[in-house]
Amino acid sequence: MSDDASVDAAGRPPLIELKGVSRIYGDHFAVRSVDLAVPAGQFVAIVGDSGSGKTTTLKMTNRLLEPTSGEVCIDGEPTRSQPPHLLRRRIGYVFQRIGLFPHLTVAENIGITPQLLGWPAAKIAGRVVELLALVNLPSEFVQRYPAALSGGQRQRVGVARALAAKPAIMLMDEPFGALDPLTRDALGTEYRRLHDKMGLTTMMVTHDVLEAVLLADRIVVMRTGTIVADGTPRELMNDHPDAAVRALMDMPRRQARRVAAMLDGEAARG
Amino acid sequence: MDERIGAAWAVLPEYLGEHVVLSAAAMGLGLALSLSLTIAAVRSPRVRWPVLLLASLVQTIPGLALLALFYPLLLALAALSEHLVGRGFSALGFLPSLLALTLYSMLPVIRNGVTGILGLDPALIEAARGVGMTEWQRLKRVELPLAAPMLMAGIRTAAVWVIGAATLSTPVGQTSLGNYIFSGLQVQNWVAVLFGCVAAAGLALIVDQLLALIETGVARRSRTRVLAGVVALLAGVAWAAASRDDVDGSHYVIGAKNFSEQYILSALIADRIAAEGGLATLRTGLGSAIVFDALAAGDIDAYVDYSGTIWANVMHRTDVLPRERLLREMGEWLRREHGIVMLGALGFENAYALAMRRDRAAELGIRSITDLAAHSSALAIGADFEFFARPEWPALRDEYGLAFANRREFQSTFMYEAVATREVDVITAFSSDGRIAANDLVVLDDPRGAILPYDAILLVAADRSEDSLLRRALEPLAGTIPVDLMREANYRVDRKDGPEPPVAAARWLATRAIAPSR
Repeated sequence: MSDDASVDAAGRPPLIELKGVSRIYGDHFAVRSVDLAVPAGQFVAIVGDSGSGKTTTLKMTNRLLEPTSGEVCIDGEPTRSQPPHLLRRRIGYVFQRIGLFPHLTVAENIGITPQLLGWPAAKIAGRVVELLALVNLPSEFVQRYPAALSGGQRQRVGVARALAAKPAIMLMDEPFGALDPLTRDALGTEYRRLHDKMGLTTMMVTHDVLEAVLLADRIVVMRTGTIVADGTPRELMNDHPDAAVRALMDMPRRQARRVAAMLDGEAARG
Repeated sequence: MDERIGAAWAVLPEYLGEHVVLSAAAMGLGLALSLSLTIAAVRSPRVRWPVLLLASLVQTIPGLALLALFYPLLLALAALSEHLVGRGFSALGFLPSLLALTLYSMLPVIRNGVTGILGLDPALIEAARGVGMTEWQRLKRVELPLAAPMLMAGIRTAAVWVIGAATLSTPVGQTSLGNYIFSGLQVQNWVAVLFGCVAAAGLALIVDQLLALIETGVARRSRTRVLAGVVALLAGVAWAAASRDDVDGSHYVIGAKNFSEQYILSALIADRIAAEGGLATLRTGLGSAIVFDALAAGDIDAYVDYSGTIWANVMHRTDVLPRERLLREMGEWLRREHGIVMLGALGFENAYALAMRRDRAAELGIRSITDLAAHSSALAIGADFEFFARPEWPALRDEYGLAFANRREFQSTFMYEAVATREVDVITAFSSDGRIAANDLVVLDDPRGAILPYDAILLVAADRSEDSLLRRALEPLAGTIPVDLMREANYRVDRKDGPEPPVAAARWLATRAIAPSR
């Protein structure tokens, strides 16, 4: 991670930039002067315990929450300079509780942001078919209602909805947290492929370090409202000076070792 | 029986039409207000609790009181408007009923709307914001559609309440299905009371079912159902609007309070106006306090009141003058203060009279109020709703030293029942009432003249005071109705076996009363 976060290698400003952003509830800092710059195309995972401020940080990026102080810029432009709903139409948003509208069909759910942007109906219909293929759902799902889908299918629709208006940025708040492990793994991998294929810039909040390690280019660790570590998975997994970060980042490896040891033992007995 | 049902059927289009138009207008206005307030309440917690509190408070006010309260309020507003822009409006009838019912319709809609929207899954609200909806888009596309079932349930409740409460608009001068109930109760026409109840209940049921059709249509996204429900409701309102009588300025509006004698006399006046070639509309069943204000404001053109009532209730006089002087002073006061013209006394008195069962009075040896005072501590008195609130009650009580063991108030029909069945010993009967003789009651003497004279008098509103047709119609009535004649006419309406409708009694009265004059 470069020390000068305000410009990338090509001299352009980062796509997402949080400058000294804080969020205070009463007399309690949920987030305390966070600086974070994400260059275009990067996949950043924010990890940390509950209450560490990771979700608050994410939501301040598309103004679902307003910072108490500090500034957020998208593409060099302060987010405060435009109405929040216009900002949000340019940024995909996926969250754990999915939030599909139960009274709208799959097609209507996916097409909602393009519709708000005033796309012609035919263009929206074409985009919906394209997106269903992209998230590996059969095209006959268009007329179904969310209640008729499984959890994994719903979150695929949720991802399709977030991608519908071709945003450059995706914000994901524990997007796969409520899914069963197999679906979760599959969806994570598929999404990473989409991220690369479509040249997205992704900020994903997760409490699952393994998921962060496997999917992200860069991991940001938060604790009590501040960033305590920031680097590539490789950097963070090798002897970080902070003991807590070390313990957190070492977990996938420890678990892998235990699984291996157990399997070896069984093999020896067998 | 058949005759009474026939009579009820004959006025059904008018009563139902008025009832439907009033209820529909109140629901329409109420919905517009409630939906706006619901949206404001959902968006701002600071608006929410006062709105819900106010709506709940309104609901705790009895419907009849709410209607009655709007009358003086509108009267003041009308006077203000007259003063400011030179144009007043009628504070009687439609307007107070509309406003009271509008308020009455609001609580279920607001409460269900607010609960429905605030109860939505927060994830949906977050999603709506996340995909880039504005507040309005969120309301229109997510919150209202998803809260629609709750909202519709509230609307159905409101509609049923409003249709029921609209029957209470009769006493403020708005024709409704309540006319059956109020006049039926008064003249003991239970067929009419039942007819009014069944009609109102039937209307409420039909509207509820049509709204249910719309509700399921919304839930199942069936345009046909929604359309069918809406078209049926609109067709009903259109029919009702078409079947209303248009009362324009050419009609003479005759008022009547809510008892048999008043129904008969107003019918008599209307007949007289018709005989002179005029058009008359009746506003019957008006509250005793409302009818005078209505005359003073010109909302009605003429009615019959009683000198003692005006003296005590309107002029707030507590002294008791001899009949002729009281009438003269009152006539002058009415013309001076309100421009109201007293065309003359009809010839009979409808005074308060303390009355007892003949056998009970004989048993106790009571013939006058003085005798009654000696026994009063062991007796129960029944009165109508007004008597104990009138200044003459303390005057009468103190004059004779009356102290009853128990006192109760009744609707006048039930007051006579109460004395007949010995529930009370003494009642404040009306001296022209046919039920005194019918129940074999004796009227106690008032040796000290403590009870005010209550001569029936014809009053005409200021702006009709020079109307020659009205004068031609009414002046011949003066002095033509002695008390026995009125008593008999009243009894024809009040008797239990084969009561006559007030109109028939009025015609009978006319043949006896007016024929000899001129």
